[in-house]
Amino acid sequence: MVLESLSIICISLGILLFIGEVVGLHKFPDFYTRMHAAGKGDTLSTILIVAGFILYNVSEGGEAANWNVVIKLMLIAVFILVTSPTSTHALMKAGYDSGLKPVEGSSRLSNAEQKKQEEEEAE
Amino acid sequence: MEKFFIASGVFLLLLIVPVFYRIIMGPTNIDRLVGINVIGTKTTVLLLFIGTIIQRGEGGHSQIAMFVDFALTYALLNFIGTLVVARYFHKDRDRNSKQQEG
Repeated sequence: MVLESLSIICISLGILLFIGEVVGLHKFPDFYTRMHAAGKGDTLSTILIVAGFILYNVSEGGEAANWNVVIKLMLIAVFILVTSPTSTHALMKAGYDSGLKPVEGSSRLSNAEQKKQEEEEAE
Repeated sequence: MEKFFIASGVFLLLLIVPVFYRIIMGPTNIDRLVGINVIGTKTTVLLLFIGTIIQRGEGGHSQIAMFVDFALTYALLNFIGTLVVARYFHKDRDRNSKQQEG
């Protein structure tokens, strides 16, 4: 019972982080900041949800403990922990080398709007 | 417990829908790739939800033992796919700059 409630807490936290990730993907002004939201939220929310499933499978398995499944779930968690930052890094490097510029300053405007404003100020 | 799994699985599925906005509208190609990467990782999790919910046979065993293999394979394929496409964008730009030099 304790393990089941812990698994519910883990899965809910993971879904909460995924909500944050989706909001970040929508609201952030820039490729790099969106990448930040996607990378961090993806890794932690996936690992939390998989941890919730591990706890649920351990708690269920009093009579027929399915350790095969538990070990495979742990493999998924370790694998995501390694690969998600790697693919984030690869995408970031591809974006940087293809010449994407980050938004500068504390402005919430997009790049094009910012340039227009600077030109107007210069005039 | 089963109701909780069904509810959170459906909620996760609904949360994937707004990510499609980034894939369709994304200003650059790499924005789209980020969205595809996010959906791929979440599909791994969604497969685990499906495996826990679906029950078959007389005793009604959950099919997690089968679906966990699918999830593992999907995670591997998603990683390879993202790396390959990121690599492609990298190479594309290198080739262009070499052509401009030569």
